[in-house]
Amino acid sequence: MNKIFEIPLYAYERSPDQDAPAPVRHPVVVIGAGPIGLAAAIDLAQDDVPVVVLDDNDKVSFGSRAICFAKRPLEILDRLGCGHEMVEKGVKWDVGKVFFDTRKVFEFNLLPEDGHEFPAFINLQQYYFEEYLVNRVRQLQDAGKPIEIRGQNRVEAIGTHDDHVKLEVATPEDSYTLEADWLIACDGAGSPTRRMLGLDFVGRVFEDNFLIADVVMEADFPTERWFWFDPPFNRGQSALLHKQPDGVWRIDLQLGWDIDKEEEKKPENVIPRLKAMLGEDVEFELEWVSIYTFQCRRMEKFRHGRVIFAGDAAHQVSPFGARGANSGVQDTDNLVWKLKLVIEGKAPETLLESYDTERIHGADENILNSTRSTDFITPKSEMSRILRDAVLDLAEEHDFARPLVNSGRLSVPCTYDGSPLNTADALEDGPARTRPGAPCPDAPLVDGFLLPKLAGKFTLLTIDADAPDHFEESGIEVTRLALSVKDDKSLALKQRYLGVAPSAVYLIRPDQHVAARRESWNENIFRTAVRRATGQE
Amino acid sequence: MADLILTPNIDGPDDFYADLLAAHEGLSKEESDALNARLILVLANHIGDRKALAQAITAAKAKD
Repeated sequence: MNKIFEIPLYAYERSPDQDAPAPVRHPVVVIGAGPIGLAAAIDLAQDDVPVVVLDDNDKVSFGSRAICFAKRPLEILDRLGCGHEMVEKGVKWDVGKVFFDTRKVFEFNLLPEDGHEFPAFINLQQYYFEEYLVNRVRQLQDAGKPIEIRGQNRVEAIGTHDDHVKLEVATPEDSYTLEADWLIACDGAGSPTRRMLGLDFVGRVFEDNFLIADVVMEADFPTERWFWFDPPFNRGQSALLHKQPDGVWRIDLQLGWDIDKEEEKKPENVIPRLKAMLGEDVEFELEWVSIYTFQCRRMEKFRHGRVIFAGDAAHQVSPFGARGANSGVQDTDNLVWKLKLVIEGKAPETLLESYDTERIHGADENILNSTRSTDFITPKSEMSRILRDAVLDLAEEHDFARPLVNSGRLSVPCTYDGSPLNTADALEDGPARTRPGAPCPDAPLVDGFLLPKLAGKFTLLTIDADAPDHFEESGIEVTRLALSVKDDKSLALKQRYLGVAPSAVYLIRPDQHVAARRESWNENIFRTAVRRATGQE
Repeated sequence: MADLILTPNIDGPDDFYADLLAAHEGLSKEESDALNARLILVLANHIGDRKALAQAITAAKAKD
C-alpha cells in the first residue's frame, strides 16, 4: 500500500459552499483532476482567476496510463511551474528499435535538435505527472492563489444558462448546488458531462483493445523504445516495450477487438504472454494490468455556450504516437489565455470560437496521424497486410522504406494555419517553422532560453529591429523582448526566426504561438494584429 | 512536379516483360503477391514525385 496512486491526495473535505444558504457562484469550475483539468486550473490560478476543481475520486491516476510526454507539453508545464520536476524524474530516450516477426528490421535515433531547454520526449507514469501537478496546486495555495481541488465531489446534473452553469454535486455527506460562470469539462473519454448534456462524440470510429502491463524487473534491456510487428509471442498483433522511472517497464500488447477482456486480464493468462516476450528466466513482478479500449473520434464542437470541453472528453485517439494527454495539455494552453481575457472583459466572448477552430484543427491532425498508424499496425485487408509486410521486409535492407514504417508518429505541436487570429505572413522567405500560427521553437539565449521569456503574455519579439518597449492596444498589454543575432552563438535564433531576413518583429501570443511577423516594426500593422489575435478585428 | 509518363518509355519492352515474368517463376501466389508489393514500393520510391504517383494510382485503377 505504498504506491502513490493508492494514497488519497485530495481527500474529501466539507466546503463552506455546502452550507451556503444560496448556491455559490464561481468564475470557473473544472470537472476532472486529471492531467488536463489540473493544467487548466493551475493556468487560471497563476493569473489570479479563482478556480474550483471537482473530481469524483480523491487519488491520482490508477496505474501508469499515459507515459510518454513530448517537448511541447513539457514547455507548457514549465510555464505552469512544474516542467523541470517532470524532466528530472522522467526517463529520457532517443533510440528506438523495430522488430518484425523474430528479426530486428532497423533502429532509429530521434537525434533531438540542439538548443532546446526540454528534451524531445520523456517517459513518466501519469500518476507522477498528476502528483507533480497536485504539488503545484498546493504551492499556489500556499502562495494565496485562488485554487482548490474538491475530492469525491461528483457532478450529477448540469443546467446550462446563457451566462452561467448550474451544477448538482454529490459528496460522501450530501449533495449541493454550485454555479459557475464558465465550466471546463476535462472528465475523460467517457465524459459524464458530455453525456449529461446529450452531446455527440462521433467521427471515424476505430476499435481495438490493448493489454497494458506495468512490470517491475531488474532487466538489462536498454532505455529504448522497442516495437514489434507480428511477433511470435503476439501473433498478428503488435507489442511495445518502454522504460519508465523506478525500474517499471511498460508493455503494451495489442489484442484485437473481439476478445474476452476479463479472461485476458487474469494473471494466469497475462504472465505466460509476458514470459514468452521477456524470456522464461526473467524475474518480474506485475504492478498493474489493464485492458485499454479506444476509438478515434471527436466532438463536433468543443465549446457549447458556457461549457468548454478539453482533452479526451473532447477528442479521443489511438495510443500510437502519444497524442492523448500531450494534445490535451495543448488544449488548455490554447483555451486559458483566451478565457482569462474574456473574463477580464478585455476580449469578446467570440474569441473562444477560435479555441474550437484551432483545437479541432489539432484534434483532426492527431486523429489522422493515429488512424494511419493504426492502419499500418493492424492491416484491415489482405492486401494492406501484404503491403505492410513488404515495407517491413524492405526496411531491413533499404533506407528508403524506413520512413514508411509507421509504429506511431510521435506527438508534435499543431501549427494553427488558417486561424482567424493570424495575420498574414509578411516576413519574406522567413522560416516556415515560425510562420503565423506556429508554436515558437525554443532557442538558447545569453541568459537561459527563449521560451520562458515569452510565457503568459503578449510579446513583441524583435531581432535586430527597433520597436517600442511597451504598448497597449484595446486593453491588451504588449511587452517587447529585444534580441540580436550578435549574441546568437549557436545561430539557433537566426535559423529558427530569421532565415535569410536581416531582421524580424514577431507578435507572440500568451500560448507562445506566432500571431504575426514582418521584417520591421509598423505601428498600425501590429496594433491591428493584436486586435485580430484577441478576436477584436 | 513532373507529369506521369504514359507513352512508351521502356527500352526493350519484351525483355522487361520477360524479366518480370521470370521474377515470378516458381513462386507461390503468396510469394508473388509479396514480390509485387515490394516492387511497387521500390518503383514508387524511384519516382518519388507525389503528383506522378497519384497519377499512376489513377491510371492503374480499373475503368468502370
